[in-house]
Amino acid sequence: MAKELEKRSRSGSLGQLLVPIIALALIAVFNLFRDPSFFSVGMTNDSQGNPVLTGNLISILNGASELAIISMGMTLVTASSKGQDISVGAIAAIAGSVFVKFLSGGDITGLSVTLGIILCCLVAMLCGAFNGALVAYFNIQPMIATLILYTTGRSIAYWINGGATPTVSSPIITAIGGFIPGCPIPTPVFVVIVFGVLFWLIFRFTNLRLYTQAVGINQDAARLNGINPQTVKMLTFIVLGLCSAVAGVIAVSRLSLINHETILLEIEMDAILAVAIGGNSLAGGKFTVVGSVLGAYAIQALTTTLYAMRVPSTAVKAYKAVVIILIVIIGSPVVKDAVNRMMAKRRQKTAAAKGE
Amino acid sequence: MENRSRDLRRREPLTDAQLLMTITICIFIGLYILAMAVWGGGFLRPQQLFDLFNNNAALIVIACGMTVVMITGGIDLSVGAVVSLVVMVSVINIEDQGGNAFTAFMLGLAIGAAFGIVQGLLIAKLDIQPFIVTLSGMFFARGVTTMVSLEPRSVQDEGFSAMQDARIEIDWLGYETNKGAHIPGRIEWGVMIAIAVVIVIFVVLRWARFGRDLYAVGGNEQSALMLGINVSSTRFWAYVLSGVLSGIGGFVFLLHTGAGNATNAAGAEMTCIAAAIMGGTLLTGGVGNVIGTMFGVLTIVLIRAIVVASGLREPWWQSITTGAMLCFFIILQSLVVQYRGRPHKDKDAKKAKI
Repeated sequence: MAKELEKRSRSGSLGQLLVPIIALALIAVFNLFRDPSFFSVGMTNDSQGNPVLTGNLISILNGASELAIISMGMTLVTASSKGQDISVGAIAAIAGSVFVKFLSGGDITGLSVTLGIILCCLVAMLCGAFNGALVAYFNIQPMIATLILYTTGRSIAYWINGGATPTVSSPIITAIGGFIPGCPIPTPVFVVIVFGVLFWLIFRFTNLRLYTQAVGINQDAARLNGINPQTVKMLTFIVLGLCSAVAGVIAVSRLSLINHETILLEIEMDAILAVAIGGNSLAGGKFTVVGSVLGAYAIQALTTTLYAMRVPSTAVKAYKAVVIILIVIIGSPVVKDAVNRMMAKRRQKTAAAKGE
Repeated sequence: MENRSRDLRRREPLTDAQLLMTITICIFIGLYILAMAVWGGGFLRPQQLFDLFNNNAALIVIACGMTVVMITGGIDLSVGAVVSLVVMVSVINIEDQGGNAFTAFMLGLAIGAAFGIVQGLLIAKLDIQPFIVTLSGMFFARGVTTMVSLEPRSVQDEGFSAMQDARIEIDWLGYETNKGAHIPGRIEWGVMIAIAVVIVIFVVLRWARFGRDLYAVGGNEQSALMLGINVSSTRFWAYVLSGVLSGIGGFVFLLHTGAGNATNAAGAEMTCIAAAIMGGTLLTGGVGNVIGTMFGVLTIVLIRAIVVASGLREPWWQSITTGAMLCFFIILQSLVVQYRGRPHKDKDAKKAKI
C-alpha cells in the first residue's frame, strides 16, 4: 500500500501542477499584450543608498512571501485533515505582537531579535497545537476548530499590546522586512527559499509526505498500517503555526510596526485559494507544496497586475473573484471530463478515418 | 428514511441536534437569568430582550440561510458581503433614483437571488468546492460595494424614514424612566420579518419535501441519490435560498440602520456559522435546525451585551469571551457526538465537501 501511495503521489504531481502553471501563464500572456514594460526590472537606490532591484516581477516575488510561506503549511494541513485553518492571520497577529512586545523591552540587538523570533514561533506553535488538538483528538472539523482563534486571535494580539500599535525601529528589523545592505534582492524572498528547501529536505528524508497523504486519503487504513493519525494531524497544524509566525515576523518587519487589525488581513482566504489553485484537492489526500507556492505567486501576480492597471485597491477584490472563478471553472471536474470526452471522440474519428 | 428516524426517536428521547439545541437554549436562558440577577438594571426590562432582536434581526435572517446551506454539507461565505451590497444599492435606489421601500426590497431580492443562482450553478452543476465559490462571491460583492459607493450613504427619504422609525409598541411590557415617564416596549418591524423567515424555514425544513431532501443530501449524498433525490438540484436551490435570504437580510439591515457603508455586516458570515454551530447544526451536513440557530445568534449577542454590562470596557474582551464561549460549545458538541457513540466515520468522508 505504501508503494502504491508513493506511486500515486509521484505520478499525480505533474498533472496537479497544470492548473497553477496555466494560471501564471495566462496572467503573463495577458500582461505581455497589455503592456510589455510590466516585466522590466530596474535598479534604484533605496533610502540608505544601497542599490536594490525594482519592478513588478520583484514586487510579486517579494509581496507573495508571507502568502507563499503560509500556503506551504496550509497545504499540509489540508492534506492531512481534509479541512482548512482559517486562523493563520490571527496567529500571525499574535506572533507579531509577541515579537514586538519582546523587543520593545530593551535594546534591539541580533541576539534579542533571534530570541524574539524563537519566542513568537513557540507561541504560534502553541496556537497551532491548540487547533491541532481540537481537530485530532476532539474530531472537530478544522474550519470550526480554527474559527475560535479566528474570532479571538486579533483581539488577543490587541490585548498583548495593551491597546496600542507599537513600533520597533532598528536596522536589523528593516533588513528582515526589506533589504540586507549590499544585497539587491529583498530578504523575504530568501526566507521563502529557505522554507522551500526545508520542506524539500523534510519530504526527502522523512516519511512525513507519505504519512500525511495516507492519513488524508484514508485515516482508518493509515491507522491499521501503524500510522498514528492524531500525531500526524497535530504535527501539520504545529508546522502551520510555525509558518504563520514567520509570516507574521516578516509582515511586522516590513512596516516596523504591528497593527493587529490589518496585519495579514484575510491571508487565510488567499492561502486557501493558493492551495486550491495549486491543484490540491481541498478534500485532503494527495498534495503538492510546489503547486501551492505557484498558486500564491499567481494570486500576487494577479493583484500586482490589477494595481498596474490602476484598479482602485478597494475594487481589486471583485476582479480577483472573477479571475479565480474562471480558473476554477477551467479546473473543475465537469469541464475536465467534457474536454476529455471531446478529445476521445476526436481520436475515435481520426482512428475511424484512418481505418477507412 | 422517515420510518428510520422515527425508530431512532423512539429509542432515544432526543437526537443529537435536538440535545445540542436544548443545551444552547438552556444556556441562553441561564445567562439571561444570571445577567438579571447580577447586573439587574437594563436586563430586568423586557426592552433589553427586544433590543437583542431589534439589533440583530438581519443576522437572524442570514443565519437561517447559512443553516440551510450547512444542512446540505456546504457553506456560504458570501452572506455578509451580499447584505452589504444590497444595503448600499438600496440606499442609492431610494436616494438617487427615486425608488421607495418596495423597489428597494425587490432590488435586494433580485441581487440576492442572482448571487444564489450563480453560486448554486457553479457548486451544484460544475461541482466546484462551495468554499471557493462563495469566498469569491464574498470578494466580488465586497469589491462591487466599494465600486457603487466608497462613501457611507444614509437614507434621507421621508417615506422610508417613517417606515424605519415605525415600532410595534407593547404598553404593558414598557418601563418607567428615572424621570417617571412611561416608555412602552418597542419592537422594530424588521424583527417581524426575521421571525416570519424563521417560521417559514422551520416549516419547510420540517415538513416540506424540499426540506427533507436537504437533510438527505447533507446526511449522505450517495444514499440520497439512490433514493431518487435530485441531489444537484437540491443543492442548487439551497444556495438560491441562502442568496434570497441574504437579500431579505439586507433589507432588514437597512430598516435598522438606514445607512449604506462598505464595511456593513463585516464578519457576519463567521458569526452566522458560529451561531448555527451553537444551535446544533453540524458543518458536516445532515443535521441542524433554524430555531437552534436563532438561539445561537441570541446567545452570541447576549454575551456581548453582558461583557459591556459587566464593565469590561476594553474592546478586546467582547471577542475573547465570544471565542471562549464558542470553544466551550464546540468541545461540548464533539463530546456529545462522541459520547453518544454515533459513527463519525461516514461523516469524515463528508468533510471532504467543505
